[in-house]
Amino acid sequence: MKIVLCVKQVPDTSDIKWTENNTIQREGLESITNPYDVYAFESALRLKNKYGNVSITALTMGPGQAEEMLRKFIALGADNGVLLCDKKFAGADTYATGKTIASAIESKISDYDLIVCGQFAVDGDTAQTGPSIANFLGIPQVTYVKEILEYSEGSVLLVRELDCGVETVRVKLPALICVLDNDFEPTRATINGIARGQAAKIERYGIDDIDLGVEQAGLKGSPTYVSKAFRAPQKQVECEFLTSCDDLAHQIKVCGGLCE
Amino acid sequence: MSKGILIYSEISADEYIHTVVFELSSKALELSAKLDNTPVMALLIIRPDLINSYKEAFRNCGFDKVFYVVDERFGVYKNDLFAEAAIQAVRQIDPEIMLIGATCQGRDLTPRISTALGTGLTADCTALDINEKGQLAATRPTFGGQLMATILCKKYPQMATVRPKVFKPTVENVTKDTAFIKLSVDLAGFESKIEVLDYTKKAVAEINTLDSADIIVAGGKGMKNEEGFALLKKLADKLGGTVAASRVAVEMGLASKDVQVGQTGKTVSPKLYIACGISGALQHTIGMNSATKIIAINTDKNAPIFDICDYGMVGDAFEIIPQLLSKL
Ligand SMILES: Cc1cc2nc3c(=O)[nH]c(=O)nc-3n(C[C@H](O)[C@H](O)[C@H](O)COP(=O)(O)OP(=O)(O)OC[C@H]3O[C@@H](n4cnc5c(N)ncnc54)[C@H](O)[C@@H]3O)c2cc1C
Repeated sequence: MKIVLCVKQVPDTSDIKWTENNTIQREGLESITNPYDVYAFESALRLKNKYGNVSITALTMGPGQAEEMLRKFIALGADNGVLLCDKKFAGADTYATGKTIASAIESKISDYDLIVCGQFAVDGDTAQTGPSIANFLGIPQVTYVKEILEYSEGSVLLVRELDCGVETVRVKLPALICVLDNDFEPTRATINGIARGQAAKIERYGIDDIDLGVEQAGLKGSPTYVSKAFRAPQKQVECEFLTSCDDLAHQIKVCGGLCE
Repeated sequence: MSKGILIYSEISADEYIHTVVFELSSKALELSAKLDNTPVMALLIIRPDLINSYKEAFRNCGFDKVFYVVDERFGVYKNDLFAEAAIQAVRQIDPEIMLIGATCQGRDLTPRISTALGTGLTADCTALDINEKGQLAATRPTFGGQLMATILCKKYPQMATVRPKVFKPTVENVTKDTAFIKLSVDLAGFESKIEVLDYTKKAVAEINTLDSADIIVAGGKGMKNEEGFALLKKLADKLGGTVAASRVAVEMGLASKDVQVGQTGKTVSPKLYIACGISGALQHTIGMNSATKIIAINTDKNAPIFDICDYGMVGDAFEIIPQLLSKL
């Protein structure tokens, strides 16, 4: 089985700058791997360890520095890394990102069986890129995956955790899944793994390599755009500190509408 | 030309219309007033035997038109089947705006529709407005709630999802001459790649009470252990409220994930939110800062929760709550 793991670096959200176009200035920001993508990786790795004959390709669209993240995943057990890197990809919304990643997968890794994504990215938190990739590839998707129960020829059995219930589904491959948080013990890199990660050749593709037009990528290919970005307003209240439980009990009753 | 505001009407697993639909319709009426009263419409993807029993629910909420597509297979939600039906239906309706609840189903389905229609989608909006050019201006928090971004879309329909409880449903009935229109979609050859083998509903008590509670007593890491949460439960019972938790408390196993409030949990807007042993991280407060009143109890007088609350008490919740219980 051939797995494509879609991962993303996200900025450390304590220090955010925006460009003139009101998109995020990613260069120069501290980056971390999106935590949900780490969960996605752990799920993929469990499949690999359980079934053997499974390969994991870690793929990301991002700046050159994202290569380090791919090397880290290889150190932990992924087989190879693909970096989609081109100035023309910059400023992409989820639609253009989905289109770009789907084009890359289609033109470079067309014999994949399963695409594994994190359910959310903690920066944008849209949960849209996975489904968007699946749609462009014309394959089914399963989101909110809590557990991959089994892989059998041509399908996977999955547990989904939803608002009000837990669902068990089987989906035919090729398919895309979006993975929620899980309690897997985080895998640690071995010395050999780290060496393998450093030695690995990361495949790097730009817009001309993946059968994508300039008008389909980045800001140009994005139907949505940020018109305004501003600091979240804080509730404008002055906290009144109470010192007696009598006063506190009184305010609870008043605020809760429990007395006249 | 694209026209009207379409609301996807999610039907939950136990066959009721999700409350978010009526929160969205109330917002849609406001938007419609700024767009020359463009029609407010609903889309139902539904099993044929259910449609008649749902018509009543739509009559008094200001819908001009309710479009529905029926198929025996619509009893169980499957992404690919519903996406196919919705895409075909939305193409026929051709709305200028489409709004969807940011529920699990909404977030699963909507990006398939927007991508297939070649349009954009703005997720988890907290405010929707019409700008001077008549475009949908969708505002959403990003970066853990630190920044708000107002997003516009160049294509139609302009699509947005909104979490439950962000908007209030209309209080008064808005009676309109609602037209019910059956759309036909071609699913004859359609075979779903997804098979649903089992669905187990979570305990109702845990899911629904948080949404409708007037008073929420929430605990964080500072409530330390099960005894701490037992105190919260006592307080909540005394006030006719319900218990919620921060993510750390959920991770400590003190409360169920279903009652987690915040960025990766629920958004709540009760009359009163009492935060006990919660520091007030942005990821938490983004889910509760629209509560009418906020009261906090915390040992640390510099905890950020005090920056957003109306009344605060600095002290040990394990001492304060028992005293409160005797006074309420
Ligand atoms: C991507 C992302 C998403 C997240 N999503 C969420 C989310 O949805 N919801 C959420 O809540 N968090 C979320 N978080 C986590 C969030 O950042 C905070 O870590 C979390 O909210 C802190 O929980 P807490 O207030 O319970 O714990 P802490 O921050 O540890 O605060 C505990 C507080 O208890 C006080 N205290 C200690 N003992 C007592 C006592 N005896 N009496 C009274 N007070 C006491 C302390 O002074 C302290 O202020 C998210 C984080 C990330 C990165």
